[in-house]
Amino acid sequence: MPHDHMSPSGHPFRADDDVPLSYWQAMEIAVRELLIEKGVTTAAEIASQIDAMDARSPANGAQVVARIWTDPAFRAAMLQDASAATAAMGFDIGPMKLIAVENTDTLHNVVVCTLCSCYPRNLLGLPPDWYKSRAYRSRTVREPRAVLAEFGVTLPDNTEVRVHDSTADMRYIVIPTRPAGTDGWSRDDLARLVTRDSMIGTGRAKSPEGLAGTDRPT
Amino acid sequence: MGMRPVAEFVRVRADMPPGHIRTPAYLRGKVGVIERTLGPFPNPEQLAYRHTGTPLPLHRVRFTMQEIWGPQTETPHDTLEAEIYAHWLDPADAP
Repeated sequence: MPHDHMSPSGHPFRADDDVPLSYWQAMEIAVRELLIEKGVTTAAEIASQIDAMDARSPANGAQVVARIWTDPAFRAAMLQDASAATAAMGFDIGPMKLIAVENTDTLHNVVVCTLCSCYPRNLLGLPPDWYKSRAYRSRTVREPRAVLAEFGVTLPDNTEVRVHDSTADMRYIVIPTRPAGTDGWSRDDLARLVTRDSMIGTGRAKSPEGLAGTDRPT
Repeated sequence: MGMRPVAEFVRVRADMPPGHIRTPAYLRGKVGVIERTLGPFPNPEQLAYRHTGTPLPLHRVRFTMQEIWGPQTETPHDTLEAEIYAHWLDPADAP
């Protein structure tokens, strides 16, 4: 087997990105440079916005879920008006309008945006690439159980699967069920069980055994 | 917000107009029940062309998979919810 297509580190070489800019890439650069030239914004402001976007992560959503698990009044507030409840918790949600949907023993929620890639970025950060793929967007509304099974989530027939197609103004966060064996855990420990996928609905929260031994609360 | 006291069935209009439409094609012509009403929000079909958006109620409509895909679907009693602007919905009888 020849190895000339492998780098010395044993990984395949990746082709250089030697393609012309697309129409929209050229448009973005032109508009950005004009806005800077005309003093509407600065390069530093753009960089700090990118940093702010990158700083958002599923850890924000995990804090919200852990609080829902431990604070019944907050849970009620989240189910009533998730935008107001997360804003009151100190998250800068901007113009986002949020709905929280809660999994139970008989209901499993999963979120998709068939028309584009709507996603609660303020709580979960940037969406994973698969969330924006045609395969996920088209198959999740057509055969959600098959898609969930590929993510490792198999559900009994008596559990209703409810797909939320984020078609217009609202964004969605799934509240996964609280894993067994976590009675008395602190909110921070619980938050470490809450994965990004569990808040999209393509996963479950980790069980205590799912945490590395040293991470497990004693 | 919250559940309405009486189930209100609606049919998504089966139109296929051009333009920026937030009503997925796979739901057009299908009957569902209003889960909750949000908004009013400005009509995105107008906003997309820089017109002033007429404020419209936005309904979250719940459909069964059987209604959307027919009896051969994966699990007929599973459900799907989507946000549909009021001008896309007509009153309907239960499916």
